[in-house]
Amino acid sequence: MSRILVHGLEKSYGDARVLERVNVSAEAGEFLSLVGASGCGKSTFLRILLGQEQQSGGVVVVGDQPIVPEPTPQRGIVFQRYSVFPHLTALQNLLLVEDFRSGGPFGRVFGARRKSARQEAETMLERVGLAHARHLYPASLSGGMQQRLAIAQTLLGRPQILLLDEPFGALDPGIRIEMHELLTELWTEHGMTVVMVTHDIGEAFKLGTRVLVFDKVRHDPQFPSAYGATITYDLKLDRKHRASARDVAEVAAMVGTTRLDSAIATTAS
Amino acid sequence: MLARGTGIVQAAIGPEVARLQLSGPKARLRLINATVSRGGALLLGTLPFAAVAIAYLFASAQRLAVNPSDKLLPSPAQMWSAFSDLATVPDKRSGDLILWADTYASLIRLFAGVGMATLVALSLGVAIGFIPRVRAFLLPLVTVVCVIPPLALLPILFIALGLGETAKITLIALGVAPVMVRDIANRVMELPPELVAKAQTLGGNSWTMVLRLVLPQVMPRLITCVRLALGPAWLFLIAAEAIASTEGLGYRIFLVRRYLSMDVILPYVAWITLLAVMTDWLLVRLSHIISPWAHPVRTR
Repeated sequence: MSRILVHGLEKSYGDARVLERVNVSAEAGEFLSLVGASGCGKSTFLRILLGQEQQSGGVVVVGDQPIVPEPTPQRGIVFQRYSVFPHLTALQNLLLVEDFRSGGPFGRVFGARRKSARQEAETMLERVGLAHARHLYPASLSGGMQQRLAIAQTLLGRPQILLLDEPFGALDPGIRIEMHELLTELWTEHGMTVVMVTHDIGEAFKLGTRVLVFDKVRHDPQFPSAYGATITYDLKLDRKHRASARDVAEVAAMVGTTRLDSAIATTAS
Repeated sequence: MLARGTGIVQAAIGPEVARLQLSGPKARLRLINATVSRGGALLLGTLPFAAVAIAYLFASAQRLAVNPSDKLLPSPAQMWSAFSDLATVPDKRSGDLILWADTYASLIRLFAGVGMATLVALSLGVAIGFIPRVRAFLLPLVTVVCVIPPLALLPILFIALGLGETAKITLIALGVAPVMVRDIANRVMELPPELVAKAQTLGGNSWTMVLRLVLPQVMPRLITCVRLALGPAWLFLIAAEAIASTEGLGYRIFLVRRYLSMDVILPYVAWITLLAVMTDWLLVRLSHIISPWAHPVRTR
């Protein structure tokens, strides 16, 4: 529920420049889909937003303040893997959110606060369809269930911004469609600003209110890493009208995807 | 209709399957794919033990046949009588049951030493692995201490701490702790950065993340560490007891060595082995109880 403002963002690793001149301005409640070829720096961009990595130049503002250079509860994250804690059951994973929030010396809440946290966790488990799996460890959950748990856990943290790093990349197509529906519902309920990195062009168009394409505009044949990627295409989508097949085809051509048909099909699903 | 259809198909291929099952050539699997049944594994596992036992019995019987008062390879009966005397007949001088007094003294030293090493390894290892400033401060020291041969420190410990229990326990702790610290620190540094980032986005601070993320995650590794450290710990225990002690399993072995009492030494070695195996088994059970998530039930 906060705006995001990125201005003149740069990121280099030594001599290799990954991102340059990245400018984004997003209103509160927007859903940004980031697409681009592999290794173009879109995940780096997300990790900078998260605070896990620091930019080499430029500013990132969330709400009214430049972001703190470390992860905070302001920005929630769901990764493709390692997104839930393997040593806790589904229910314990959700209870952990309140435990961490209390920040007490025991890292745990007790009494009435625990009771209400438990209630909230149970409701959330019910909401994402994991009530039957509350006492299972993540290792015994399927990939889709683990990601549902990860999203539930992140939402319990009540972030102003939800960051998703290819959250459905490892899931089967059928499960992916289910997850799209769940995510869209939760986004409508909670109204937070979402930034999602994805490889799946169809997914980007289907879920996003805006699709941003990362690509390199300058090339140096002698030194390929001299220039970084920037945002080359910024398409606002109207929720009421689905993206046209032409738009999808255009973005697919930029990213270099070969599976245009399935991208258009996902968009329409 | 469907059921009848499949029935017909089955009836048609039934004889064919039967024929194939009867006459099919036995699959000759590669060595790496030929698995062993449970009973087969038990049998194969027992064979080496049986071979050692038979070889010993044979050699012992031969030597005793030549010289009935031979002390080098005592018969099982001789060993049993010596061992049960130590376990049940009170010592004339002290009135102690020697086996149990030795076992008690040794185990106290062993567990005190390994216990202290474990506490140090856990606290230092987590701090070094999780907090960059502590890592920069302490990792070089720990790395250097790791390569000092602990037995070379034994004279220093006896001079500085006297010949009592403190020196022996310190030797064991000093001997195993540095490697454990490094191992735990490595395990903490191997935690997926995604988990640490996620914990922070949920509001975890450095301390609560240690409690709720790092400690539970390193617990299985810590127990493995202790299991591996018990081997060297026994070594240091017996070395320390051999040099300066008045009781203990190692002390006894080195004491009776003067009289060539193999009938005591061999059962004592077997007894130490048994204690070590039981400790190891208990630690595995403990790991299952503390960290069930790290030991998923294997489906056959």
